[in-house]
Amino acid sequence: MTATRTTQAGFTNPSVIRRRKRVNRIVRFLSVGATVAGLFLLTWILAYLTYKGVNTLSFSLFRLDTPPPGSAGGLANAIIGSLLVTGFGILMATPIGILAGTFLIEYGRGTKIAEIIRFVNDMLVSAPSIIIGLFVYQTVVAPLHHFSGWAGAIALAMIALPIIVRTTQDMLQLVPDALREAAYALGAPKWRVIVVVSYRAAFQGMLTGVLLAVARISGETAPLLFTALSNPSSSTNMSQPMATLPVVIYKFAGAPYADWQNLAWAGALLITFSVLILNIVARSFAPRTRN
Amino acid sequence: MTQTVIAANHSKGGAHPGWLGNLLFGGAARVFALLVLVLLLAVMVALIVGAAPAFREYGFAFVWTEAWNPNPEHERYGALAPLYGTLVTSFIAMILGVPISLGIAIFLTELCPDYLKRAISTAVELLAAVPSIIYGMWGLFVLAPLMQKYIEPALIGSVGRIPLAGALFQGPPYGIGLLTAGLILSAMVLPYMVSIMRDVFETVPPQLRESAYGLGATTWEVVRNVVLPYSRVGVIGAFMLALGRALGETMAVTFVVGNSYHIVTSILAPGATISASLANEFAEADGLQLSSLLALGFLLFLLTFSVIGVARLMLMRLERQYG
Repeated sequence: MTATRTTQAGFTNPSVIRRRKRVNRIVRFLSVGATVAGLFLLTWILAYLTYKGVNTLSFSLFRLDTPPPGSAGGLANAIIGSLLVTGFGILMATPIGILAGTFLIEYGRGTKIAEIIRFVNDMLVSAPSIIIGLFVYQTVVAPLHHFSGWAGAIALAMIALPIIVRTTQDMLQLVPDALREAAYALGAPKWRVIVVVSYRAAFQGMLTGVLLAVARISGETAPLLFTALSNPSSSTNMSQPMATLPVVIYKFAGAPYADWQNLAWAGALLITFSVLILNIVARSFAPRTRN
Repeated sequence: MTQTVIAANHSKGGAHPGWLGNLLFGGAARVFALLVLVLLLAVMVALIVGAAPAFREYGFAFVWTEAWNPNPEHERYGALAPLYGTLVTSFIAMILGVPISLGIAIFLTELCPDYLKRAISTAVELLAAVPSIIYGMWGLFVLAPLMQKYIEPALIGSVGRIPLAGALFQGPPYGIGLLTAGLILSAMVLPYMVSIMRDVFETVPPQLRESAYGLGATTWEVVRNVVLPYSRVGVIGAFMLALGRALGETMAVTFVVGNSYHIVTSILAPGATISASLANEFAEADGLQLSSLLALGFLLFLLTFSVIGVARLMLMRLERQYG
């Protein structure tokens, strides 16, 4: 409506043209300004993180456990814990997520139940992670009466699961039906068609999904606070409380000791750059047709 | 369709060479897909069961009671203060985040030269992936001191003197508080909002855009009269998804919100959010406190899932409309 009015009048009336151009210049300026401000803010955060973290980055960080305040130490227990909890989390979520995504496309496409599951899964993707932590506390930690690495891994698996379901589903949807039909025509049973044809065609995209899920859960703090808890010494026993990088960062950053805060910055630097590198690697696998 | 395929395989029974594989593989796929559905219900049930003692003790008044006292002699819990803090911080985050993210999304889809587009888009995606605890640390060590030293005194001295609106900017500059938490949240949801909004804007067919430019429309006129009306549902969906994220975000706010259970008019004062209360107290709580925290969690669940649900419905509508 506005468009027709301004364009009609704009052809003849120079003052209208001037006004339209002025409004446009202001909007352009604000839009560029917003982008510069946004990028500046986020560069500032990353630059500050690097500046604070890089001083404490040393070999002993990977060799020593988290210290009591006032003595030297590292983050070895937290790094080992994070690798274990994240690793087991993704090992649980990947097969379940891929098969669930497979159902949505290969078996249930167009059915009511698949529609509902898709919707619920999309909601779970954006669910607050602290609620997942509460759920795992209620169902795993409380009945067993103790915090454990397993509980942390289950919480992270629940966060990774909907991400993997979503990407599997998106990628399988891109596989052309003609490929499947060709395999059926050769007499292959359905499950072989899916494994040999659909999965192979969608492999890169599915791998991207799993890597993005790893990146997402390796920085998660909230769901680990009351599942894996923490542990001052190195441990590979998943049935016991386990230190993880995000939880140690949370504990140390909030403490009033300078050496703990320095360790927190070093840990934050480690985790941020691992997450960013994982993201870049994951995106390099993504099929070009996307976006 | 699915039914007939499976029925056909069954009727052939053992004669078909792949029947066992089909049964196992298809069965597992079905069970795991249903697991996703069950998971959501299980989360809800677990929270209700955990919250039941608190609701039995205080009734529904728990929701609108302003009290949080774990001291055994005057033990009393109510959700009002954390609920208020959650809503206020998210509201601040949205007020700042919406115009800025809209500006960035317009820049990315309409103004940005091609050679910058890829770089800025990737930067936005990467920033959306930075763990939220990093934003929280930055808030505690950089933003809070800045707020205390410069921004809050300036606000108290200027806006704080205006009669009505001034009530929001009163009291000593603590540095930490609802406003600081809201600011951190807005920085955190910003890349997330931009990334969804850019995708939404890109559903607008280039023909529409180009026709408008061809008629002599300016960039702003194209955005206002073509892009936004076309993608309206998706844009609102993107904002609501970001709101859902802000409501439930924990680590970015826990350090800077202040953990005070008193509701004060001033947004400079310390407050509490549901997520921060959970992060601070849950691991050491038991009895009624534990149950009250779970009740807070249940309220957060209702709040976020209804917002996210509506957002997803809107985005789905956009998808179905324009594929």
